[in-house]
Formats: sequence, structure tokens, C-alpha cells
Amino acid sequence: MFEITEKKELAHTVYQFKIKAPLIAKKRKAGQFVVLRMNEHGERIPLTIVDSDEKEGTITIIMQEVGKSTAILGDMVTGDSILDVVGPLGKPTHIENFGIAVCVGGGIGTAPVLPIAKALKAAGNKVISIIGARTKSLLILEDEMKQASDELYITTDDGSYGHHGFVTQVLQNFIDEGMKIGVVVGIGPVPMMRAVSNTTKPYNIHTMVSLNPIMVDGTGMCGACRVTVGGKNQFVCVDGPEFNGHEVNFEELVLRNRSYMKEEKLAMEEFTYHEGAKCYE
Amino acid sequence: MDPNETKERMKIPRQSMPEQHPHERIKNFFEVPYGYTAEQAMEEAKRCIQCKKPLCVGGCPVNIDIPWFIRLIAEGKFLEAAHKIKETNGLPAVCGRVCPQEDQCEKVCIIGKKGESVSIGRLERFAADYEREHGEVTVPEIPKWTGKKVAVVGAGPAGLTVAGDLVKKGHKVTVFEALHTAGGVLMYGIPEFRLPKRIVQSEVEYLKRMGVEIVLNAVVGKLETIDELLANGYGAVFVGSGAGLPNFMNIPGENFSGVYSANEYLTRVNLMKAYQFPEFDTPIIRGKKVVVIGGGNTAMDSARTALRLCPEEVTIVYRRSREELPARAEEVHHGEEEGLKFQLLTNPKRFIGDQDGRLKAVEVVKMELGEPDESGRRRPVEVKGSEYLIDADVAIVAIGNGANPLIPQTTPDIKVNKWGNITVNPDTGRTSKQGVFSGGDIVRGGATVILAMGDGRRAADSIHEYLTTGVW
Repeated sequence: MFEITEKKELAHTVYQFKIKAPLIAKKRKAGQFVVLRMNEHGERIPLTIVDSDEKEGTITIIMQEVGKSTAILGDMVTGDSILDVVGPLGKPTHIENFGIAVCVGGGIGTAPVLPIAKALKAAGNKVISIIGARTKSLLILEDEMKQASDELYITTDDGSYGHHGFVTQVLQNFIDEGMKIGVVVGIGPVPMMRAVSNTTKPYNIHTMVSLNPIMVDGTGMCGACRVTVGGKNQFVCVDGPEFNGHEVNFEELVLRNRSYMKEEKLAMEEFTYHEGAKCYE
Repeated sequence: MDPNETKERMKIPRQSMPEQHPHERIKNFFEVPYGYTAEQAMEEAKRCIQCKKPLCVGGCPVNIDIPWFIRLIAEGKFLEAAHKIKETNGLPAVCGRVCPQEDQCEKVCIIGKKGESVSIGRLERFAADYEREHGEVTVPEIPKWTGKKVAVVGAGPAGLTVAGDLVKKGHKVTVFEALHTAGGVLMYGIPEFRLPKRIVQSEVEYLKRMGVEIVLNAVVGKLETIDELLANGYGAVFVGSGAGLPNFMNIPGENFSGVYSANEYLTRVNLMKAYQFPEFDTPIIRGKKVVVIGGGNTAMDSARTALRLCPEEVTIVYRRSREELPARAEEVHHGEEEGLKFQLLTNPKRFIGDQDGRLKAVEVVKMELGEPDESGRRRPVEVKGSEYLIDADVAIVAIGNGANPLIPQTTPDIKVNKWGNITVNPDTGRTSKQGVFSGGDIVRGGATVILAMGDGRRAADSIHEYLTTGVW
């Protein structure tokens, strides 16, 4: 059992948890993830480790309620325990001094960007970050990203805060201004990662994305998380989660992530019915 | 035994094991055979003529004293029979169900030369079940601690065997399991209707009662590396990390929704209980038309699982002919009883999906058998122009596994072969790295439960020797 030692609401249905997991806290590196199972009947779901505190023996995760499993986690409070937490899984981010590193986070994707931005900064990069959300109230980790970056740019789709528009527009501006970008790290919803990759591709700017496909075991045994990268089948859990964005077949990933839409909807309906019809957007 | 008695015994017909009717069992996940009654077991045990030089013992990868335990069953001493088996086999209720006895002990049984061999597997199962169901599972006396600790990576058949053998020799054993449940392939791979999960868990409980410590959710290599384990007080490490990355065919459309590896399909259903969705949260696509690719036991397990999820049709597509099917005859027979269809001498060419990326058909081509290949089996070759479509909304690819890269990646001084499988001395299970042993599928690249257990048995002996003498 893994105890939740702290819970914080970052935005509507977006929560940050600190979870007691001393061994994982000691070992994890930027870019790695854990697989969680909330209870005996639960699914195994992957979530990026955002931060860790070796002294406290805790890891930090950030999640958004999007289906039954995340809704169950979202309902948990400080003092509750998660049944299973396994990790740190996946390969750590490849960190080196690239010169200028542009870190792009879209929505909840800002959470996995944060540890990478920190690690890039520690490695001597000039870190310029762009974080975006649909609207101001959904923007997360602004202060943390500001601290981790030399410069921070904010965008909202509806113009309620920061630049009115998409993260890719700011990125395109940097390129147009002639910024010598060493690496772009883009993490967020699949369409956003595809857009970031498409933005940098004509200029051949090294672009890393972190994929979050459906997983089961998370250790390379089942192959649920396979994606096509550079025309080859890759297992995100052991070969990733980070890949060259210019080589990822995002269209396939979008479709694979929809494999269980019908079942997910049914599970959620049953859950909200039994839980007394909670309201979800 | 006097010749007259031997003759009498040889007249007794092989006792059949009662089982669920096919029409009933495809609607549930309960076990198919019910097991022998005490009377049937005693009658079957009497068919054993107690050979002076029993061939069956040599046919068993863990060398169970088969005639002895069978004699005890014939005498009605069921608990003693179970104890006898457990001297050499820590998982008898499992082996009695899933071992391919027809290729091992029963294959060499002398009774089988003229008639049907003694049902050794069914008797093993009976003794183990009797002990468990009568609540009299006794734990052997554990010797005083030797002061040595052993780490085992993976709580599957190989690792659990090593753990059981070494605690009985007085060593402390910690098993690190990556999944949330111990048992490995016995839990995630073999279906409930062939091996009820409560039986696996009771075998695991037995090991715990003997003092084996099992740490779940622990991925060695990611948490502690093997070098760290060796530095942190473990005198030896056994790597039984099991099957790795499932193989795919690398044909077009393999990543459409509805195309599963057998590992994923079986893990969802067995370990995660997707057959009870939405009571359990893990979903599975319940195909109307299911195609299973491959002809081994894993293919049969996948197909028979699919048959229980209310399909219209489940078809095995296998590129060779019936004679070459690697699956146990019993599995093929059970599958056919349950309505399983076979498209033999047929091979998939590509998967065809709809605009949402969901599988709708498999294009296959007819094959014919050509010259024998290096395995001695006749090589299947395509019949030009014989392509046709099979409608399918689920396809399960059951063509074996590669090696899991986690341990070799994090412990580079463990030698692997060109497929990534760990290389060992087959007699001792010793790897290229001092203090590290290995066995099971990470070495063999996909074999059986009992072969993994045999590896575990040999490795345990070798680990004990290494810990005692310190000589590598």
C-alpha cells in the first residue's frame, strides 16, 4: 500500500498527489513514470513522476480526471492509500547541454515537462518554456515552471491569460526570430505534440515528445503500448516513453488511444451512477 | 510384484476424468475437468505396476518419485502421497494441470507401450488437491538460517521453485515481482478454466509459510540493480524474469485496434479480470469474429478464452498442418469440443481496418509444405494467388516472445545471445556474472512451466553449492 501524504487541487479536476514510495523516490530520473492500480478491481494506469523528495521518501504525480480510474484517484484524499505503485518505469530523458532548450507543455502535459525542464536547466541549458491551456483556470504549474526556466511564455486558447492562441505559435515566433534552438521537448495531448513536431520538422530541430498510450503491465511484457516510430514498432514502456517527434506516427496513436472509448464511457456511467451522479465536464 | 498381480493391474482401464460439458463451459471460466474422485484415483493408481527401474521418473523434469506417490494413492494414503510429491515439486497442483505429461513421464510409462499409460498428471493433481481441500497443508521443518540471503527476480514457476528449494536448505530468500500479484505466467497467462487462480495463490501462500519473502511491484533493474542486490547482502541472485516482448509479424495493419498480442489479451482477461468488466475496470474488446494466429498452447489458451467471451466464431490460423501443431493434443481437443475452428496451412498477409482504425478483416494466404527446414519440420511456402479475406474484429497474435531487455540493459556484464536471452550453463544455471543464475523463459525464450521449474531446481542446487563453498 502506498500512502498519499499530500493532495492539492491545481485546476478543475486536476490534482497533485505526493505518494509515499521511498525506493522509487530514490531511483527515479526525469522522464520516468509509474504504473498505479487504485484498488483490487482497478486498472493499471501509467502516470509520469513529476518530482520526488528522497528525504521524505515521496514521489509527486499530477493527474486529471478523464475516466473511471482517474476519477477514483481524484476522489482519494491525504491519508488514503493506493494499492499498487510500480516504478520507476521507462527510460530516463536523455539530458545534455543542448544550448537552448525549449520546453513546451500543453494542458496536463506541463506536469511531465517540469522535471525535464529542471534537469535540462541543471545540465546548463538555457531553458525557455511555453505552457498552454484551453483557458486560464486550467493552467497548471505556472510558478514551478517559472522557477525551472530562464524564460516562461504562457498561452491560452481563449485568450483569457497570456498569449491568445496555441503554444506552437510562440514556438514558430522563436524560430522566425532566428533563435538557435538545441532541443524542443513537447508534451501534451497528442494533437499538440503532433503540432509541435510539425512546427520544428521543416527546420530539422531535434524534438522529443513523451507518449502516454494505453498500457497494461508497463514492463515490456504485453505490447499494448506499441507505437510506430520511424516505421518500426516500439514499446513505449521499455523503448520510451520519449521519442523523436518527427518519427512518431501520431495518427495511429490517436486511433489506438480510442480503442476502448465505448467501454470507458460505460465504466464511467456505472461509476457516476453508483457514486451518486457526480458532475463531470 | 508377482506376475499375476501385474497382469490383473494391466487389465484395469484408464480412468477418465469427468469434465464440464462443452456447451456449459463456454459460458463460464470455471475449470473444465473436475478431477478424480478418491475411488477413481485409487483405481487409476492400481494401474501402475511399480516398475523396479521406473522410466517415468527420468521423464519428469523435476524427477518426482512417481511410483512411490502412486503407490501411496493406491493405498489410500492421499496426504502422504502429496508430501512425497512435494519433496521434489513445490507446485504439484499446478503441474498436475498444466504439464505436458504426454511428452514427459506418461510418454515413457511402460503401460503405455501396450495400452494407455498411467494418468500420472491426473494423480498428481488429485493428491495436491486433496491436501489443499482437506486443509492439511503441512509445512516442512526449516533448518536453522545459514546466514545467507538469496534474491530471486520474478515470482513465476522458475523463481518460485528456486525460492522453495533454497528456504528448505536454510537460506533466506526474497522474491522480487514486477506485477501486483505473484505467480508470473500462472497468473497472467494460463486461463482460469485451465488453472484456477486460487490454486496458484495457495501454492504461493505455502511458500510464504515456509518463510519465503515476496516483494510485489518491484522491478529489479529499475529499483535496485542486480549489482546493488549483490552489494546489499544477497549472496546470489536468480533471474527468472520470464517471457519478454511479444513477437509480432511485422505485416501491415498490425497496430489496428483489436489486434492483440496473446500476452496482452491473456493478461487483460486473467490477471486483470477483464471478463468481469465492468465489475473489474480493465476492458477487453469482445470480438464477434476472432482470429488467433499461431498453433501453440498460448494460441489455444487465447482461442479458448475468446470462446468464453460470447463470440460468433473463433478461428485458429496456423501456417503448417495439423501434425505440426505444437499445442498439446488435449488442448486442441478441448478447443474443438468448444467450437474452435481451424484454418490450417494458412498465413496472415495483412490486417485490414476501418476509418476508425478498428480491425475488420485479416487477409490470409494458403500455404503448402515444402522441404524440411532446420527444425526438421517441412517449411510452409505460400501458394501464389491464393489470398482471401477472413472477417475479424479481434485478432490475437500468438507467435512467441522475444526477451525482456530490462535486466541485460541494467546489468551489462550478464551475457545474452543474439535474441537477448540470457546464456547459462544448462547444468547449473550459472550466467557469465559471478553469483548470478538464471532459468525459465528469459533463458529458453518460451518453453513450459515444468521446464522453467526444472531450471529452478538445478539452479537452486547450484546456488546452494556456491553459497556453501564460495567457489564459482
